[in-house]
Amino acid sequence: MLRRTFNSLMVSVALFSLGAGAAIAEETLKVGVSASKTGPLTAGATAVYWPNMQLWVHDVNQKGGIKVGEKLLKVELVEYDDKSGPEEAVKNIQRLATVDKVDFIVAPYTTGINLAAAPLIARYGYPQLIATGNANELETFVKRWPNSFWLLGKASDMSTGVVGTLKTLRDKGQIGNKVALAHVGEAFGLEMIQSAKPAFKTAGFDIVYETSYPIGTQDLAPIISGAKAAKADAFVAFSYPPDTFALTEQAQIQGLNVDAFYVGVGGALSGYAKRFAKQAEGVLAMGGINPADRAYKDYRERHKQVTGQEPDYWASPVVYASLQILQQAIEKVGSKDRAAVTKAISSGTFDTVIGKVSFNNNMLGRVWTVGQWNNGVLQGVNGLGVDGANAPIKKPAWN
Amino acid sequence: MMGLHRNEMVVAAFGLAAVALLSLLPLVSEGFALSLGVNLMLYAAMCTAWALFSGPTRLVSLASAAFFGVGTYSVALGLDSLPFGALLLVAALSSAALAGLVGAATLRLSGVYFVIFSLGLAELIRQIVAWSQSRFAHKMGLYVFTDLTERDLYWMLLALTSLVFVVGWLINRSRLGFALRIIGDDETVARHVGIATARTKIILFMISGAFIGIAGAISAPRYAYIEPQAAFNPMISFQVVIIALLGGTRRLWGPLVGVVPFIILMEFITSRFPNHSSVVVGVAFLAIVYLLPDGVTGLLERLRDRILRRAEPGVSSTTRNEIGEKAA
Amino acid sequence: MQILVTGLLLGGTYALIALGLTLQYGVARIMNLANGETLVAACFVAFWLFTVVEVNPLIGMLAIAPIAVALNWLIYAGLLQPLVRRARNRGMLEVDTILATFGLLFLFQGLMLLGFGGGYFSYKFLAEPFLILGDSYGLNRVVAFIAAASIAALLYLFLYFTRYGTAIRAVAVDPTSAQLVAIDVPRMAGFAFALGGALTACGGTLLSTFYTFNASMGVVFTMKALIIVIMGGVGDVRGATIAALILGVAETTVASLIDPGLTLATNYALFILVLLFRPQGILGRASA
Repeated sequence: MLRRTFNSLMVSVALFSLGAGAAIAEETLKVGVSASKTGPLTAGATAVYWPNMQLWVHDVNQKGGIKVGEKLLKVELVEYDDKSGPEEAVKNIQRLATVDKVDFIVAPYTTGINLAAAPLIARYGYPQLIATGNANELETFVKRWPNSFWLLGKASDMSTGVVGTLKTLRDKGQIGNKVALAHVGEAFGLEMIQSAKPAFKTAGFDIVYETSYPIGTQDLAPIISGAKAAKADAFVAFSYPPDTFALTEQAQIQGLNVDAFYVGVGGALSGYAKRFAKQAEGVLAMGGINPADRAYKDYRERHKQVTGQEPDYWASPVVYASLQILQQAIEKVGSKDRAAVTKAISSGTFDTVIGKVSFNNNMLGRVWTVGQWNNGVLQGVNGLGVDGANAPIKKPAWN
Repeated sequence: MMGLHRNEMVVAAFGLAAVALLSLLPLVSEGFALSLGVNLMLYAAMCTAWALFSGPTRLVSLASAAFFGVGTYSVALGLDSLPFGALLLVAALSSAALAGLVGAATLRLSGVYFVIFSLGLAELIRQIVAWSQSRFAHKMGLYVFTDLTERDLYWMLLALTSLVFVVGWLINRSRLGFALRIIGDDETVARHVGIATARTKIILFMISGAFIGIAGAISAPRYAYIEPQAAFNPMISFQVVIIALLGGTRRLWGPLVGVVPFIILMEFITSRFPNHSSVVVGVAFLAIVYLLPDGVTGLLERLRDRILRRAEPGVSSTTRNEIGEKAA
Repeated sequence: MQILVTGLLLGGTYALIALGLTLQYGVARIMNLANGETLVAACFVAFWLFTVVEVNPLIGMLAIAPIAVALNWLIYAGLLQPLVRRARNRGMLEVDTILATFGLLFLFQGLMLLGFGGGYFSYKFLAEPFLILGDSYGLNRVVAFIAAASIAALLYLFLYFTRYGTAIRAVAVDPTSAQLVAIDVPRMAGFAFALGGALTACGGTLLSTFYTFNASMGVVFTMKALIIVIMGGVGDVRGATIAALILGVAETTVASLIDPGLTLATNYALFILVLLFRPQGILGRASA
């Protein structure tokens, strides 16, 4: 009794605080989102995460809503800010599940927060479609939380992807054998380097320079001079956006003319091509797309129109695809039953902006790993189960 | 003497009753309210522990995130080899050791240095942890999988908060507390009467750090995945300071009355204004500074004085004190 | 040699970040936690001027500095002076200003988030090689260094060779005594705060030519600035400049020769050394 009064009190507080008291009359599909609106992760989230929420809700509601059984339900988004930290994220998930009682939850932004939120999301039985995170030990993770789905592939897929591309270039005789490696000293960089190093060695590459740097560092001149002094033929950095930009600029300033120049997160942003214009030509970056694909082209247009900002060439379409998968699974099941929807996701095939996709052991089998800037587009050059990959080319000197 | 004693008994009884009442929360609600309760208790423990040191010495410590992170990492690193209880002890000891080191380096000097250094401490340790993990462990995140539920964590934090209160009360009664009060009033005087000011401060800083370390250790299972950026989040330090100052640091229970309104206000802001939370928090802060100059304790004391004055017109507080002394 | 030049250039950047705060903290006694937000705000204005109005950031600085003076003076007069008046002692003022500027930090950050969104911003200005002794460095960094050096020199001349400047230094040393020799302390403090804000804004403008920035990055700069200010000795412009240069060279040396992962550790190692051996700041005299 006490519990019920208490809970209903909390609910009424929540309703009041959402200011949704009047609009509640019509039945909707409540979807909860918690990701970064403030703090250090905001920049990335504003680039690839939030615009897709806006676009998806716009797209779905314009068509009248999601078909759940007989009814057409409009999507009502409940948004919270996780302040770039797991503590707040956990609290938000808790609130979405127990106070707002949302029907579904969109997976949060970045690997770390997704991992932290996973136990809770699992406890409330929501499917978790992770479009902005990857790690190496996904099999164990999926076993523990069978409701989690990974759309960006394993960290090792990404790192072996770049090794594969460099190998192709080397076997064609376009680049030499000496690689300089740099990575950001943070979960992402470490996961990458951990699998990249052995892969480089097996492929017969010679790692002539290797270093890590703290997250947030933008004074990276020493790293570029180090790579230059080591006379590397290829430069590979598992970097984050600010350092991705700083490394590229430094490499131009110091004239680090390698035959392959690879950067990590941020290299797929449209802003990268805008900032470096012609200089970006031939730069390799994590991600990539098939620019000839109709679905992606349409998506790009709508993204620009609705959100006023361009999507990137990697995670943006994947985030949107994760929402499409959720939507199609709900329609397939025809109810808000989370367990059934989760099951439908793991077994079904879905038609999305990244093509027809399905999950194998909760991991997406179709992932772009490396792209190369070509006329202002990050053209995919390597990936798993993708079509439309171009052959990589030797990078021209900075001009 | 008798009067004082009875007073203390009343306070102790009230405290016990409050703890007993609060420990019932998990039985009433398991969802969001409990989650909020965990947050409340976490900050209640940390802010009170913070005020143990910063209250009497008036040195603003921004090192809470460092101790918190050390505690979290103690659990993350040792979970496979030691039971959770032992890890709490490890967390306390390592945080205390860290506090001792930092204190020895900076507490002999004037206050400003301490403030700045403590601010950087969390960043420094975070970088060293990140660096050594990338160098030696080759991975950043550590999983913390335990069977502890939110309910268990809540009870642990409640116990920790009570412990901090008991220790704080004991310190106040001890020679250490007496020495601290003199230092707080006038450090030169304290030195002249033969108090080892630096050592006193260092000991207190260690006690305070140890408690914050334990709070971090208890939070570890909640994170499930520990990485340096989350464990050493500088916002923790700032929030602890703000809450404690909001409550007022002159009384042991001061931070506690800061925690409740602060956490609830933040909660309201994040749920009501998810897109404008920074602006609203900023404005709320400025409002607090200008409208509540002495913290919530100051406000409560002023209210009490007013009520007392209205209740007993003609009896001023000084005469009441005199009466009290005569009775004693 | 390359390490030294890179380090000095980095040091110039740090000096830009710290000079404003040393005035605000040293003279006006305001530990301005929103200092980094002022810097980032200037970055945004410079970005907007460059990309929309197509104004060179170096010229843009001429507009940004006076605006910053005006705004910071308003902030001081409107928000901080009441706290100064209210404070019964230095400790209380410190607590109050930390709280108030912490509020400002959030407010500014929130306003910038609303205005520009949370994304990364950067633009290309003078990102071309510049040869010094056979090695190439970013021209934008060299320009920023020269600008920083000139600003520091001007500030030095102003503080040490004008009546006004001497008055400011007097307030920095001892506000009570300064009052006795007929210095209008509150006005000087307000002026120093405004000037400090303008310096920070200039720093931000120059920084934006080679840094990628976003609305939530201010705290990073504030931390750096605080360390430099303390290392140099609170309120000591020469000391802060030298501390910034030392820090820049030390960080670059460690990053090049040992490991870039340890730059922050270098920071604090240096900081501790200064605290242990020269607690009054690098150039400071021991107090009697």
